[in-house]
Amino acid sequence: MTTRALEAARDGAAAAPAAGYARLKRRAGRWALRGLAGLAFLFIFIPVIFVLWISLFQQQIVSFPPEGYTLRWYENAFARSEFRHGFGLSLQVAFIAMAIGVTSGAAGAYAIVRFRFPGRETFNTLLLGPLVVPGIVAGTSLYVYYIMVENLLDVDFRGTLHGLVLGHILLTIPWTVRLVSASLVGLDRAIEEAAMNLGAGPWTTFRRITLPMMRPGLVAASLFSFIQSFENLELTLLLVGPGRTTLPVAMLNYLEFRIDPTIAAVASVQIVLIGALMLITDRFVKLSRIV
Amino acid sequence: MSELVLERLRKEYGSVVAVDDVSLRVAEGELVALLGPSGCGKTTTLRMIAGFIEPTAGRIVIGGRDVTWDPPYRRDTGMVFQSYALFPHMTVAQNVAFGLEMRKVARAEAEARVRKALELVRLGQLAERLPRQLSGGQQQRVALARALVVNPGVFLLDEPLSNLDAKLRLEVRIEIRELQKRLGLTTVFVTHDQEEALTLADRLVVMDHGVVQQVGTAEELYESPANLFVAGFIGRSNVLRGRLVERGRFISRGGLALAVPADGFAPGEAALALRPERIAVAPGAGPGGVVGRVALVTYLGAVTEYRVALDGGETVTASVPTPRPGDPLKRVSAGDAVTLSWPAESCRLLAPGPGATPDEGGL
Repeated sequence: MTTRALEAARDGAAAAPAAGYARLKRRAGRWALRGLAGLAFLFIFIPVIFVLWISLFQQQIVSFPPEGYTLRWYENAFARSEFRHGFGLSLQVAFIAMAIGVTSGAAGAYAIVRFRFPGRETFNTLLLGPLVVPGIVAGTSLYVYYIMVENLLDVDFRGTLHGLVLGHILLTIPWTVRLVSASLVGLDRAIEEAAMNLGAGPWTTFRRITLPMMRPGLVAASLFSFIQSFENLELTLLLVGPGRTTLPVAMLNYLEFRIDPTIAAVASVQIVLIGALMLITDRFVKLSRIV
Repeated sequence: MSELVLERLRKEYGSVVAVDDVSLRVAEGELVALLGPSGCGKTTTLRMIAGFIEPTAGRIVIGGRDVTWDPPYRRDTGMVFQSYALFPHMTVAQNVAFGLEMRKVARAEAEARVRKALELVRLGQLAERLPRQLSGGQQQRVALARALVVNPGVFLLDEPLSNLDAKLRLEVRIEIRELQKRLGLTTVFVTHDQEEALTLADRLVVMDHGVVQQVGTAEELYESPANLFVAGFIGRSNVLRGRLVERGRFISRGGLALAVPADGFAPGEAALALRPERIAVAPGAGPGGVVGRVALVTYLGAVTEYRVALDGGETVTASVPTPRPGDPLKRVSAGDAVTLSWPAESCRLLAPGPGATPDEGGL
């Protein structure tokens, strides 16, 4: 731009309007880009904004414009036991599924990245499998499978906590495998060799060097696993039992009979919780660098 | 410090021989450079010494102990990696302390040794930084300190300077040599840079295709290369192919008859290697030399290079001190006739086999 301005100055006054025009065009382009980016963000966030907004509406039947604002839907949400218990169960299931899924998924990712063995590619594809099977299909299959296992072993699976957790572990594994593999692939093997050269055995090297360097991948995998499990509806629908519903299923049940802003209030709590989790995680590990 | 002995060390990958029966003895306190183009087996050799690669055959002995089948963490070596390989999640001090921790050195002593090692590489004030907060040269010095603090029996360096810029490379090179001398470290240094090897090493091992081509001091390799590969890899050489018709008389393919030293070389097919800086250039076609036409004059500051096409069709490069103003040579440019001369004993006869230099003919 400066060169152009200089040229314009040298060529005299006749050229000056041309330079001014070019500058104007560039500026217009920049604003157009910003506007487009803003629109895209708006498109993504409008549903979230509306949910948060509606949760504060005064009238029971949602209509615009709002007649006033109130917090009573939040009060109602916290007062209803199905939401309280659903929230508790969702948290419980998500934590257990995350812990087991991330541990085993990370071990699988380590094997895939570090070892050459027959069937490695198949193994890799299989671990990513739950990502491509629709939740309803996976849920139905699990349901049928659980019946078979129950008949065989005489142990209950349908509608139990362990049945639910096992199903949710399936949701967490593809994420873990992908994120942890990515962090392992980018790892300089010479760093581990350096540790061994300095006298660290294989286990010490893994514990002191490899594991800490996998941390960003593990943290991201934990976060996404947690969210996957916490929010899951389709697969969960078929695995919950009487008196044992997760939050998303409780919300669906509530929606069958009533449409009032209570459901928006519950969703808002969920949004704020997951948003907070992401922000906290981002303080320790820059998510944008991993995902 | 320990002596390092390699006995017929060999590494095969399927049908490919990466390292072909390498034998070498590195004396206590000696610095030996493994030098060669990429893929010549020098890095594989170094990694076998460190224990990261299992040899197919042969023995590795460090300080009298056979370590051929020991894992890396039971060998007494300290290695500096090309990528430095610092532990990114540990501070500089923790990086340097790691080896001492593995050796279960008492905390107070470890702290003192870490401090001393960091002072040795002039990084005492950066002990609490993380590796990513350091420049490339500083990271390199941390890697040196980390390897040295444990007093390894053998010090191994894998292209440690290749990631540094030219000026820093020179500085760190001098620094490594001083440290190595001061501490009397038995050192093996891998590099593809001949200048680096010539200036650093007590002895050089030139490798190509997994085979040791020649072992010797810089001067031995430069003055009496064992074959065409070494002649072209250490410094530069003009190569003329032809026949040794009788002792002391060589005729090139271009028909040039040249006097050569009457050494042990038997008459027959031969290649003649001649260093560019041994050739004198005189303007005009005169007696007592080889006449040719200048194809290219390259000014390089202290020296000027003349690429000369000889009458027989061969090309020779001569490197002479840049002529002063007023010297008739100063006015010589492309297309002019010149006379080249050199002492007969500067010519070296070598087996004509392959292993030709990449810049054969022209240089």
